[in-house]
Amino acid sequence: MEEKSPRRTPFFEKHKALGARIVEFAGFEMPIQFTSIIEEHRAGRSNVGMFDVSHMGEVTIRGPDALEFVNYVTINDAAQLAVGQAQYSALCYEDGGLVDDLVVYRLVDHFLFVVNAANIEKDYDWIVSNRSGDVEIENSSYETGQLAVQGPNAELVMQRVTNLKLSEIQFYWSAQGKVGGVEALVSRTGYTGEDGFEIYMAAEHGPQVWDTIVEAGKEFSLKPVGLGARDTLRLEMKYNLYGNDMDETTTPLEAGLSWITKLEKEEFIGQEALKKQKEEGVKRRLIAFEMMGNEIPRPGFDILVNGEKVGHVTSGTFSPSLEKGIGLGYVARPHTKSGTELTIVVRGEPASAAIVKPPFYKHGTHH
Amino acid sequence: MIPDGLKYTKTHEWVRVDGTEVTCGITDHAQSELGDVVFVELPEKGRVIKREEAFGTIESVKAVSDLYAPVGGTVSDTNRLLGETPETINKDPYGDGWLVKISISGQGELEHLMSAEEYGKLIGEG
Repeated sequence: MEEKSPRRTPFFEKHKALGARIVEFAGFEMPIQFTSIIEEHRAGRSNVGMFDVSHMGEVTIRGPDALEFVNYVTINDAAQLAVGQAQYSALCYEDGGLVDDLVVYRLVDHFLFVVNAANIEKDYDWIVSNRSGDVEIENSSYETGQLAVQGPNAELVMQRVTNLKLSEIQFYWSAQGKVGGVEALVSRTGYTGEDGFEIYMAAEHGPQVWDTIVEAGKEFSLKPVGLGARDTLRLEMKYNLYGNDMDETTTPLEAGLSWITKLEKEEFIGQEALKKQKEEGVKRRLIAFEMMGNEIPRPGFDILVNGEKVGHVTSGTFSPSLEKGIGLGYVARPHTKSGTELTIVVRGEPASAAIVKPPFYKHGTHH
Repeated sequence: MIPDGLKYTKTHEWVRVDGTEVTCGITDHAQSELGDVVFVELPEKGRVIKREEAFGTIESVKAVSDLYAPVGGTVSDTNRLLGETPETINKDPYGDGWLVKISISGQGELEHLMSAEEYGKLIGEG
């Protein structure tokens, strides 16, 4: 196989200059931390942090049949979207397994899919191979920069650098405007559970937008945040991560995404399989659990109930907010009720845990 | 930061020799690579350990690593402070962030250790 060198985002030089620890993630050289995962996590929860999320992919769908096509390849109901509105959704295979999860934006003359970095090519190929009607599909992932500004003070910082009236942008809505003098799409969305914005701009203007937000954020002690804290923040909210908590072998119904699976809408890929699974009932479910002691669960650890293996951990970390180990994992029914006592096998040693009702962190702006 | 008076291993532990008892910890380089330490598992006092044996684990938010015994001997003390404040390892890896004390079985146990200069070369510093 040909060795591909990792891609760099428009903000790579900014990360280097700040002394970030850089790792390869999904084919991109990304900052995992700038100073400390815990400090960056706290900035996101209680103040404001800025994340380079340019590794995320962007695919645009245009044309007279765009809405019909979007509704055919995604599982949520895109017909419910007004112009400017966004929705969390997913792509499924015919058998109901997940191709990816994504955010769908309905914009003035097109739809925008924001997909996971590791799945950009796979998703694009899947979408193109299912093309129907008069639509134009474009992968603009590598020409687009994306920043997330998240935390209770996100609006105060962002309002200083944009001509948009941010208080008028509701949760999961977006607007086109200027950020630091640069044309950008700004949405009130994120992956942290806190108030905040995601900003999309042409890659070449990325550094200018970064510098402008850093400058405006000084007064608020805005911190750059790496992928390490992005993971702890999302996990505390029980936001699934594709590749960990779901993949082509899991369905949205198993992954706790029934709320975006609109089985009764018009035809979509995977509909039949998912309807059948709903009728028959899922055999396993993605659950959230907390450790009783100070052990930290990690992906792949076995989950036992009464000494018998009932599943495995898919995500696990130390929660900086709860100051204990938390995790997600698939567990066979009927052992999926909250309160169920679990044993997590931590490197061969049994450790006690219990299923809890998500989110782990109850004080986020959005949950 | 590689203090001169200490001995080192290629697995990034340090050793301070005081007669037949040595104090061990992980190096500044190791704590920096790990990131925020949130959990440490250390051997019981009195346990006999062999050189290079995995005798404990250290976990950061992102990852878990084994701790390897830099010398063989008997564990004579462990740092109880780390149960409550494991982040001490990040803040003071060569001081309050020490891990265990080991009574060595003989001076031969020290022969395999590196000097500060050798360790510096290993990690590309100094």
